[in-house]
Amino acid sequence: MKTSSPSLLKATLAIVRKDLAAEFRSFEMISAMLVFSLLVIIIFNFALELDIKTRQSVTAGVLWTTFAFAGTLGLNRSMSVEKDRGCMDGLLLAPVDRSAIYFGKAISNLTFMLVVEAIILPVYSMLYNVNLFRIDLVGVILLGSIGYTAVGTLLSTMSAQTRTREILLPILLFPVAIPVLLAAVKASGGLLTGAEFSEILTPLNILIVYDVIFIAVAFMVFDFVVEE
Amino acid sequence: MQSKPIALTILDIISIIVLGVAAYLSLFFAPTEAVMGQVQRVFYFHVGTAWVGLLGFILAAAAGIAYLVTKNMAWDRFEVAAVEVSTMFFFITIVLGSIWARPAWNTWWTWDPRLTTAAVTELIYIAYFMLRQGIDDPEKRARFGAVYTLLGGLSAPITFMVIRLFRTIHPVVIGSASAEAQGGFDMTSDMKVAFFFALFAFTVIFIDLMWNRIRLGQLEESVEQLKLNVAI
Repeated sequence: MKTSSPSLLKATLAIVRKDLAAEFRSFEMISAMLVFSLLVIIIFNFALELDIKTRQSVTAGVLWTTFAFAGTLGLNRSMSVEKDRGCMDGLLLAPVDRSAIYFGKAISNLTFMLVVEAIILPVYSMLYNVNLFRIDLVGVILLGSIGYTAVGTLLSTMSAQTRTREILLPILLFPVAIPVLLAAVKASGGLLTGAEFSEILTPLNILIVYDVIFIAVAFMVFDFVVEE
Repeated sequence: MQSKPIALTILDIISIIVLGVAAYLSLFFAPTEAVMGQVQRVFYFHVGTAWVGLLGFILAAAAGIAYLVTKNMAWDRFEVAAVEVSTMFFFITIVLGSIWARPAWNTWWTWDPRLTTAAVTELIYIAYFMLRQGIDDPEKRARFGAVYTLLGGLSAPITFMVIRLFRTIHPVVIGSASAEAQGGFDMTSDMKVAFFFALFAFTVIFIDLMWNRIRLGQLEESVEQLKLNVAI
C-alpha cells in the first residue's frame, strides 16, 4: 500500500461528491426518473383501477415496480455518462483501489434512487390517500434500494461495455434482482395491510441477507468487470 | 484438426441406448399409478431432466469461479457448454411438468417456488447469452459471462426461498411433502427402478452432450485462429 494514495473511504467519498455535484447542477437524471415514475403511477392507476379496495393490496407492488423501472433509468444513465466521454478511463487511471469506484458509484446511484423515492412517497400518499409516512416502511424501502443498486451498479458497469448497452441492463438486472423486489413487496405489503410482525420478519431477513451477499460479491468481482 | 475421439463416439451410442431403455422402463415397465393414471409416467423424465438441468447450473457457476481465478479459457468453454445444455434440459423439464400439471393441478402453470425458480433460471440463461452476444473480445466475454453465472447462481436459491413465503402445491415425492402439496404419491419398487434409471440415463446423456459441446467450442476457437492466420 502506497502512503500517497488516499484511503478507500476518502476515494469513495470523492467519487460520490463528483457524481452528486454533476447531478445537482443539471438535475438531468433525477428529473427524468421522477417524471417517469409519475407516468408509471398514472398508467397503473388506469391499468389496475386503483379503487379503495384494491389500493390496500396492490400499493406495495405498484410502488416497487415504479422504483425498479425508475432505478434502471438512473443506473443506465449514470454509467453511460462515464463511458461516453471516456470518464471511466480517467477513473480507472486514478491511483485508488478499484472498489472505491464501485462503492462511489453505488452510493451515488442509491442517493438518486432515494431522492426519487422521497418525492414519490408523499405524492402517492396524497393522490391515493394512503399513509406511507411510516418509519418502518422507510426502512424496508432503504433495504430494498440498497440491494437493487448494489447489483444494478455492477451490472450497469458490464452492460455499458457491450454493444446493446441500455437495452441489456434490465434484461440482466431483473432476473437477478427478483428476490430483492419480491421480498421488498412482501415486506411493504405486510406493513401496509397491518400484518403481524412475525409475518414481515422473514422477507425482512431475506432482504438483509441479499444485501449483504450481493454487496460482498459485487465488491469481490468488480475488478473483473472494469479490467481492460 | 483433431478427429472425434473414439471414446466420445462410444459414449454417443451408449447415450442413445440408455435413453431408449429409460423410455421403455418409464412407459411400459413401471406400473400405472392408481390415482393419476398414465400421465404420471411423465414424472420419470421430468425429474431426470430437472436433475441434470440443476447440475449444469451449479457446474456453470463453479466454472465461472474457476475461470475468474485461473483465467483459463478451457473453463469458459466448460461454462458455456454447461449453460447451453442445462437451458435445454430445464426447458424440457418445464414442458413435461406442464403436461403433467394440466390433469393433476387442472392448470398448465402456477406460480409455485419450483416453477417460478425454473422460469427465472431460464431467463437468467437467456440474459447470459444476450450478454455474451454483445461483446466481441473473447477474453472480456469470458470474464463477464463468469461474473453473471456467479450472480445467477447466488440469486436463484434466494428466489426459491422468497417465493416459498407465498405458498406451494408442488409435490415432494422424495422426502416429506408440505401439507398443501397436491399430486404426490408413493413409489413402488418397480417405479423406483424406472426412476433411478432415468436419473442415470440423463446423467450419461448430460455428460455426452457436455463433451460434444466443449469439443465444438474448441473447434470454434481453432477456426477463429485459422481465420486470423489467413488474414495476416
